[in-house]
Amino acid sequence: MSKLVIKNGRVVDPAQNLDRVSDVAIEDGVVREITEGIDATGARIFDASGLIVAPGFIDMHVHLREPGFEHAETIESGARAAATGGFTSVCCMPNTKPVNDSATVTSYIVDRARRFAVVNVFPIGAITKGSAGEELAAFASMKQAGIVAISDDGRPVMNARVVRRAMEFACALDIPLIEHCEDLHLSAGGDMHEGLESTRLGLRGIPRSSEDVMVARDILLTEVTGVRYHVAHISSHHAVDMVAFAKQRGLSVTSEATPHHFVLADSDMLPYDGNFKMKPPLREKRDVKAITRGLISGAIDAIATDHAPHAGDEKMQEFERCPFGIIGLETAVGLSLEQLYHPGHVTLLQLVKLFTINPATILSLDKGTLRPGASADLTIFSVNREWVYDVTKSPSKSSNTPFHGRKFKGGPVATVVAGEFVWQAT
Amino acid sequence: MGKGLLDIESLARSDAEAILERAKFFQPPPGEPYQRHQILQGRSIVNLFFEASTRTRTSFEIAGRRLGAEIISITASGSSVSKGESLVDTLNTLGAMRPDAIVMRHSASGAPHFLSRYLPIPIVNAGDGTHEHPTQALLDALTILDRRKTLEGLRVAIIGDIAHSRVARSNIFLLSKFGAQVVLCGPASLLPREIAHIAPGIELATDMEKAIRGVDVIMMLRVQLERQHEAAFPANEYFRFFGLRIEHMELAKPDVIVMHPGPMNRGQEISSEVADSQRSAILNQVGNGIAVRMAVLERVFTQ
Repeated sequence: MSKLVIKNGRVVDPAQNLDRVSDVAIEDGVVREITEGIDATGARIFDASGLIVAPGFIDMHVHLREPGFEHAETIESGARAAATGGFTSVCCMPNTKPVNDSATVTSYIVDRARRFAVVNVFPIGAITKGSAGEELAAFASMKQAGIVAISDDGRPVMNARVVRRAMEFACALDIPLIEHCEDLHLSAGGDMHEGLESTRLGLRGIPRSSEDVMVARDILLTEVTGVRYHVAHISSHHAVDMVAFAKQRGLSVTSEATPHHFVLADSDMLPYDGNFKMKPPLREKRDVKAITRGLISGAIDAIATDHAPHAGDEKMQEFERCPFGIIGLETAVGLSLEQLYHPGHVTLLQLVKLFTINPATILSLDKGTLRPGASADLTIFSVNREWVYDVTKSPSKSSNTPFHGRKFKGGPVATVVAGEFVWQAT
Repeated sequence: MGKGLLDIESLARSDAEAILERAKFFQPPPGEPYQRHQILQGRSIVNLFFEASTRTRTSFEIAGRRLGAEIISITASGSSVSKGESLVDTLNTLGAMRPDAIVMRHSASGAPHFLSRYLPIPIVNAGDGTHEHPTQALLDALTILDRRKTLEGLRVAIIGDIAHSRVARSNIFLLSKFGAQVVLCGPASLLPREIAHIAPGIELATDMEKAIRGVDVIMMLRVQLERQHEAAFPANEYFRFFGLRIEHMELAKPDVIVMHPGPMNRGQEISSEVADSQRSAILNQVGNGIAVRMAVLERVFTQ
């Protein structure tokens, strides 16, 4: 029997509405007890004085690039990056090669994760075969193989009838449908947010409306089908309003935001630097504010990174040729503390909720809390430790981030998965 | 390291004035050839054109030679670029050959800006995508100054595909810096509303007759007919609503200057009558291109 006691940390578990200094006793990978003055005789002790002890953080939106793009990331390297960023669970999007549109691919990912990943990996299956937007993928057998949601992330389903059918099946299987909201006709050819900055830089724009019309369409279809519908990486202030409106109407609509969308605006871009290029694009200051407000009000339920590795030379090109996406696992906690906690927008309970019980509930994962009996996944972090992000030391195989060299106040200190330390700050 | 020229937006007005002053010095008297100088003797300049261009490339070549520099032109077709070499590799290869400066034309907006972060060689932007074409704006300013005392207070209409025009952007920034009023006019889908805010003193118009009323200068842009396929404007309506015809001249100032960066589509954006009229400064623009590029290349090597 292996025992671990985390001593004197400030335990923050929103699922239990718990925020007090306590010890956490872990035995055989399971949380046994949270109370003060636990007898740690014979146990391994971790002194968490001055630190926050939270349920393991869940990133419900990452790209691990395996199978097919192992030069940019693998399940093994992506999982280590997750652990370094304080995440104990990640959900990987299906845009691999081949696309995760069958139980065979799902099983492959699950198997590779079991053998090589230091964190929990939950695959997300495709909505359509090959994410081509036409024929429905094999939802039921993928669910048996381990998917926790369906999404054609990066290649949104343009045909509303296909989406409606997929929603009906997702509803019957009790899994959420996650949409990357982008009308491909409106966004065609675009490289950054359409606005003053794109006009000034002579770059083709991706209008805010390309997100808005898809969110509107899908909310209406959610009402028709009763599906649990989730908006990925929300970026438009209109979309935040629409999600809030849908929630008021009692629809099962949720959403996530990435740290880069609530930290950076298009005017913060280093011009023509591919590390600032992603979809949806960095929008305007008013959108950044709306997303921050949405995270405070609850219109936005979760923080997800959309960790999207691309090998170095793919971003060392003309801006219009650079692929979309940035890595984000290691900077998410630091950016969230900087933007949401330190300015006083949210309490620690609120912040931890966005990383734990909320995504767990959306995806029906048996995770996100430290209730006795729960799997001992823990994120131990500091709110004041100062550090500088050095991407050259990242376990990720890619370094496409706009945050290299950024100074942070607060960030992950240790990551525990099933009672074992998988990462500790040096 | 010398000073490149990436765009007009970040160029100080005093620097633009200095370039124009120097260009006036290099301008030959009417009817006379350009003088040869030895200012850049021993300097080597690579003219790197990733996009087809005859007039700009030739203009830079002549400008370089008139200053005594060695200038070599490389065009994308027939080079390693067409064999799939990346932009960074191409530039690193050229960089290893140690030219003193690179003049670069590229179809991607910001390509020279991107490279200038990695390459310790000054880069002169000879047009990047739909972003800027700084030497064009400078030569346009010189052409106006041949016929007007100052740019300040002038009213200039720029007409055509504003959204995709690097000539328009550079001219907007330059004219605005010098206190001119700029009226931008084109089909609604090619006239982004945000462009009114990229610099002070800009107005937008979708009605050409309103746009050119009382103006000192009309700059026509080349219509890119291929954009009809993007549903950017209805087919066959362009000349009728945005083509410059002789009857329009009555709306502008009597001594209005008509300009076009070339190459012209006669009968599309401009009628032959206007293009060949006394008011047309189109050939002066071409001539002034050499003087301006001499001034820009000289500045690269001025400490």
